[in-house]
Amino acid sequence: MAKTHVTMTVNGAEVEGLVEPRTLLIHFIRENLQLTGAHIGCETTHCGACTVDIDGMSVKICTMFAVQANGSAITTIEGIANADGTLSALQEGFRQMHGLQCGFCTPGMIVRAHRLLQENPSPTEEEIRFGIAGNLCRCTGYQNIVKAIQYASAKINGVEFREAAE
Amino acid sequence: MIPGAFNYHCPSTVADAVALLSSLGDEARPLGGGHSLIPMMKLRLATPEHLIDLHCIASLKGIRQEADRLVIGAMTTQHELLASPEVSAAFPILKETALLIADPQVRYRGTLGGNVVNGDPGNDMPALMMTLGASYRLEGPDGARDVAASDFYQGAYFTALEPGELLTAITIPFAASGHGYAYEKLKRKVGDYATAAAAVMLTMANGKVESCSIGLTNLSDTPLLAEAAADAVIGTGLDDDTLKKASERAQEIMSPAADARGPVEYRKHVGGIMVMRALKRAAARAA
Repeated sequence: MAKTHVTMTVNGAEVEGLVEPRTLLIHFIRENLQLTGAHIGCETTHCGACTVDIDGMSVKICTMFAVQANGSAITTIEGIANADGTLSALQEGFRQMHGLQCGFCTPGMIVRAHRLLQENPSPTEEEIRFGIAGNLCRCTGYQNIVKAIQYASAKINGVEFREAAE
Repeated sequence: MIPGAFNYHCPSTVADAVALLSSLGDEARPLGGGHSLIPMMKLRLATPEHLIDLHCIASLKGIRQEADRLVIGAMTTQHELLASPEVSAAFPILKETALLIADPQVRYRGTLGGNVVNGDPGNDMPALMMTLGASYRLEGPDGARDVAASDFYQGAYFTALEPGELLTAITIPFAASGHGYAYEKLKRKVGDYATAAAAVMLTMANGKVESCSIGLTNLSDTPLLAEAAADAVIGTGLDDDTLKKASERAQEIMSPAADARGPVEYRKHVGGIMVMRALKRAAARAA
């Protein structure tokens, strides 16, 4: 099958490659670009481990072809840290609030939460849970993931984070 | 899970897409959001030789008002429906339903056109479109035609769409102001297809139901309009006996599959409950 030339901006850098039309974006990003932060979990659009941000949308890229991303601007977990290399508010929140155990879902969780906070910088707990409903975590029970996002929300808004009473 | 090989096309006009669909025949499939088709291709249950991506066709996007109706481009995503002030104002039931489809990531990609056109009985929008009296604009090599949603579905994955035709827009006539609405969906977990779901649109006058339309999701090979059930509530105040009667009349036309979502009896039982809940909630919202 003839290969197609694609170009896209990934974490601020122009990249290009030759792909078969059937090449899934997750494979292009992990194998061609060697950005292995986005994970392959269920491969059936359920788990959200492969989530990246494409043109302002959270997308499960096990269910998108690389050719469909031609010309897009993509942010993966590798592009989430602050420009000076320090942890972003979300990354810090996941660390401080123990928002991960095995860590497999974390790249997808953080990239998804990044878009959620862009759209709604002060989500309620219910809005957070609804907003991350496309990302599965089998370790934490979500409690600390929600806290991590609340921590990031507070930090972004310049207010002190206070955990809700148990 | 690597799909079979295919040729990729991204035409920039509807005419070009229709020409490709017509010339390539059965081996070509249109690609919308891809969240039904790509999973099937990964399982090799679908192996099209050509994919015609509709993302390059700008005219398939967008929501616009035309006289007494709302016209929604087939490639409008669920996320765009949720973000649309026109949709929120005119059809809050569309928003309520879109929020119950899959999860945020899928809603960014999944389109209204894809949801209604592929004929999956589990999809939520088809029964809603029937309830709203919507019609589908189909464009083919011989021109365009409009088909009522209630005439479109023939069986699971079988529709009135002819070879070479493309769904380009969904047209929904504006509902009466002050209407009540509800979409009740029972599902096993977030993101699941309905075990049973019911859409209700109604108007009330002096505490009595003046007009009513009821649609059913995933309770047969096709979405259903429960007309006898809707007739049963006209002129009533939706007392318990009437609700029970409407539920029974709706159950008479249900023929759900027995699958992981439960045996036939269970799905009909909860289908009846969805009808009653949707009627009650819609009535409470009616002005």
